Amino acid sequence: MSRNTSRREFLLTAGGAAAGIGLASVIAVEPARATPATMQEAIRKVVGPARINPGRVKLELPPLVENGNTVPLTVSVESPMTAADHVKALHLFNEKNPQPDVASFRFGPRAGRASVSTRIRLADTQTVVAVCELSDGSFWSASVNVVVTLAACLEDA
Amino acid sequence: MASALINVPARAKRGEIIEIKTLISHPMETGYRRTQLGALVPRDIIRLFVCTYNGTEIFRAELHPAIAANPFIVFSTVATESGTLAFNWTGDRGFSETESVAITVD
Amino acid sequence: MSRETRAMQDDDTANPGMLWALEGESLWNRKTGEAGRACAECHADARVSMKGVAARHPAFDAARGRPITLEQRVNLCRVDRQKAPPLAYESRELLALTAYLARQSRGLPIDVASDERTQPFLDAGRATFYRRQGQLSLACTQCHDDNWGRRLAGNVVPQAHPTGYPLYRLEWQSLGSLQRRLRNCLIGIRAEPYEYGAAELVDLELFLMWRARGMTFEAPAVRP
Repeated sequence: MSRNTSRREFLLTAGGAAAGIGLASVIAVEPARATPATMQEAIRKVVGPARINPGRVKLELPPLVENGNTVPLTVSVESPMTAADHVKALHLFNEKNPQPDVASFRFGPRAGRASVSTRIRLADTQTVVAVCELSDGSFWSASVNVVVTLAACLEDA
Repeated sequence: MASALINVPARAKRGEIIEIKTLISHPMETGYRRTQLGALVPRDIIRLFVCTYNGTEIFRAELHPAIAANPFIVFSTVATESGTLAFNWTGDRGFSETESVAITVD
Repeated sequence: MSRETRAMQDDDTANPGMLWALEGESLWNRKTGEAGRACAECHADARVSMKGVAARHPAFDAARGRPITLEQRVNLCRVDRQKAPPLAYESRELLALTAYLARQSRGLPIDVASDERTQPFLDAGRATFYRRQGQLSLACTQCHDDNWGRRLAGNVVPQAHPTGYPLYRLEWQSLGSLQRRLRNCLIGIRAEPYEYGAAELVDLELFLMWRARGMTFEAPAVRP
């Protein structure tokens, strides 16, 4: 900084540098993230080449999340859950967490109801996808877009 | 904390669909967090949850780091006979926990 | 807090804080210390003997001549009566015991004493609440009295009534005490946080509970 730098400029620069360093360290620490493309790959890995039809799955998530660390979620499929006609599995995926997989739930006719509730983590505003596999080999899916805000004051770890 | 909180109706009618709520204490460390000094905190999660009813598996969940800490899983089953519902969680670092609950079915 | 967070709190079978409260119950019944005594031996059933206690803390302790928190009360009992070492602040056991004790006050109105004995400490706590602190030079009142209900970054600024401590904070993914939360705020305004158990924090805790007087105690709560 030249001697002629005014006090105001100095403070702005120092603040900018500090903010820059702060931002840089946050970015450096960020892990690689899933993308919509890697999520599709993850879905394919679980589902195989079969066609995935939209529908039949009900995915319930709050549209605006208070804290991405714990997001309540319920996923269900209307199904008689008999030996002949039941949901075999429900899979959950996301597109912006470090990994696209969230969980897989496996059912049989003894489940009574094809419904699971749990709590998941969401790193950012993103789309969550649920894919269900039926006993007849067909696949169905639903997706929900969730807005995730970050906490204002973070505790130092 | 108490290891697990399980909620199952003590009694049910044969053929009734009952809801089972499970909550287990576990940090579900993602493996993506870093300490203040920049060191990566290694992954430590529950990977599998299995429920059996008198020995027969009725539900299974495969979990990834995106499941929140202190995993909460609610699912259903048909009350078929009196007996024992057993719950087993396994994961990283040899984590294994089993709980059992008795159920009376009329 | 959102509807979903409220639902998580109200269901004892889904509230993660209950994991600590249940452990607290078993600690309550466990013999400990050189005296080999369990809390239950003197206090019997906590559901009866501890009802209302958490809602009245911080409470004036005559021996120490100042108000003390529930955590400090538990540790005093451990040291004096059970001849056991005090539990560290924010340790699993201390959180479990205080969660269990706090659970026994659920539904009751907050009722900390405001009398000639506690007045100087209430005044000290009030002074802290109104004092600008930290690099951001913010006083608690500026957010929690003047701007509650508005948003700071993504979150709604609460009125800061500690009606549910110790509570499960989604941000922490763990149960924690009011003092942990206060230290978080101090870190947030870039102030040096007071040590756990410091007089400044106890006095502030007393003031905040007095400020929330009459409100329904709802520990162990769940908060974002």
